Amino acid sequence: MNFFSSKAKQLEGDIDGYLDRVTTAGLIFLEGVRAYVAGKPDKFERNFKEISTLESDADDIRRDIKHKLYTYMLIPESRGDVLGLLETMDDIVDICEKVLEQFSIETPEIPEFLKSDFIELAELSSKAVEEVVKGARAFFREIAMVSNYVNKVHFYEHEADDVEEHLKRAAFNSDEIERFSHKVHMRYFAEKIAAVSDVAESVAERLSVYAIKRRI
Amino acid sequence: MLTTLFFLSSGLFLGWSLGANDAANIFGTAVGTKMIKFKTAAFICSVFIIIGAVVSGAGASHTLGKLGAVNELAGAFIVALAAAITVMWMTKAGLPVSTSQAIVGAIIGWNLFSHTETSMDSLSKIVGTWIFSPILSATLAFVLFHIVKRIVERSKIHLLHLDSYTRIGLLVVGAFGSYSLGANNIGNVMGVFIASSPFKDIALADLFQISSTQQLFLIGGIAIAVGVFTYSKKVMMTVGSGIFKLSPVTALVVVLASSITLFLFASQGLYNFLTSHHLPAFPLVPVSSSQAVVGSVMGISLAKGGRNLNFKKLGHISMGWIVTPVGSAILAYVALFFMQNVFMQNVFK
Repeated sequence: MNFFSSKAKQLEGDIDGYLDRVTTAGLIFLEGVRAYVAGKPDKFERNFKEISTLESDADDIRRDIKHKLYTYMLIPESRGDVLGLLETMDDIVDICEKVLEQFSIETPEIPEFLKSDFIELAELSSKAVEEVVKGARAFFREIAMVSNYVNKVHFYEHEADDVEEHLKRAAFNSDEIERFSHKVHMRYFAEKIAAVSDVAESVAERLSVYAIKRRI
Repeated sequence: MLTTLFFLSSGLFLGWSLGANDAANIFGTAVGTKMIKFKTAAFICSVFIIIGAVVSGAGASHTLGKLGAVNELAGAFIVALAAAITVMWMTKAGLPVSTSQAIVGAIIGWNLFSHTETSMDSLSKIVGTWIFSPILSATLAFVLFHIVKRIVERSKIHLLHLDSYTRIGLLVVGAFGSYSLGANNIGNVMGVFIASSPFKDIALADLFQISSTQQLFLIGGIAIAVGVFTYSKKVMMTVGSGIFKLSPVTALVVVLASSITLFLFASQGLYNFLTSHHLPAFPLVPVSSSQAVVGSVMGISLAKGGRNLNFKKLGHISMGWIVTPVGSAILAYVALFFMQNVFMQNVFK
């Protein structure tokens, strides 16, 4: 009995650690976008480096959890769900890193009038990530609370969609941006940032199905 | 000896089919959803069925004996055979069947054939218990479900811990359920042979005695265990993947409620305790483990607000109360006639 519980404790710690990293990824992503938009390239590159390390770190932990899950007395159906959840969570970390990477490579030129929209969009996406991680924690400990967090994720994703649309319209209607390619570039980054909240939402969808399956 | 074994064979066959079918009521969900390995389940199930049968099987068998004491070995052979064939037929036809109901029908068939008066008192006690057992099981499941739900929700226990507790719980409750199944249902398998038992009591080094009835129950228990090992896996896989769509914790509650029901109708200790304190006791009657499980599942449905309540299943259960014993009685009557007039065997004294 003790043997099982110490193993469970370790695995529990690993899962918590993994979820912490997902939350951090969302926060670094937000800080990175803020730094970029504010024109602080050094800070931005630091954030980008941080998130790259975090991403490979999270991958290692996830693989480790996967191995441990197979040797642990978990109910097979739960095992599939837990693995599925962690794997889709990984998409969140991946996309956060990818967006910052795109900023780093393409160095889009963001006009003043779009800056607040970009930051707001990044904030909403980061919020969605934060809530989905809370939902995942609830899945492990307090299943009844999952739907509460899932609802919040839906809310932030919807808000992000609105801001994304607003940003794109502003970009294409503006005379300030002269080149069409520049307008397309703005659209591209708006979509990329909003995609973080989309991924969070798809994780939330899965989460609510798992929660229904586990509900007593 | 060979004749004895031959005459016992129908009971052993009935035991085998009981093991093949009823073990799934206890370990079906756990094995079917791969929470417990079949070999582990089969081992625990067999050991505890045998213990339950030998230690606590007498109570429920006694009630069957009061309904009709089949006093010739050849008669007992036919009674058990008629019950076994009824069970086989109905299983093949996909109808829910219970060994308890089949054996009661067959005993009544013998009573009619041998012009023995059927004790209406015993019969009404038995039938009453059949109707009461799924209701009791549903009530227990309903109450246990709410208790367990509250505990799990309040304790905010981590999913990983909950899963390992559930698995351990399924093993422990499975062992208890197997014990109760052995104690409650061994009478169906071997009860009809008690009055004509060919065995003598054995005293082991003056320390303890194994009565002839216990020897019968041991052999019957082994037959059930063989049924568990050879054929129950198939049934468990069907149960796990088909009928049950329960969460692991709910599955545990279902098995626990059904096991308690079987235990209450089999425990002599509890019976003696309650009657000695002038309290109403549960009659010791063999009941159907399948119906107890269906009762528990319905209790859970009710606890969840009455969704998914399967009224067709309820209809099936009540049909089983009538169709099985009547069919089995007719079959026993006809077979006894053949045994007596074609094979020239005494089927009653």
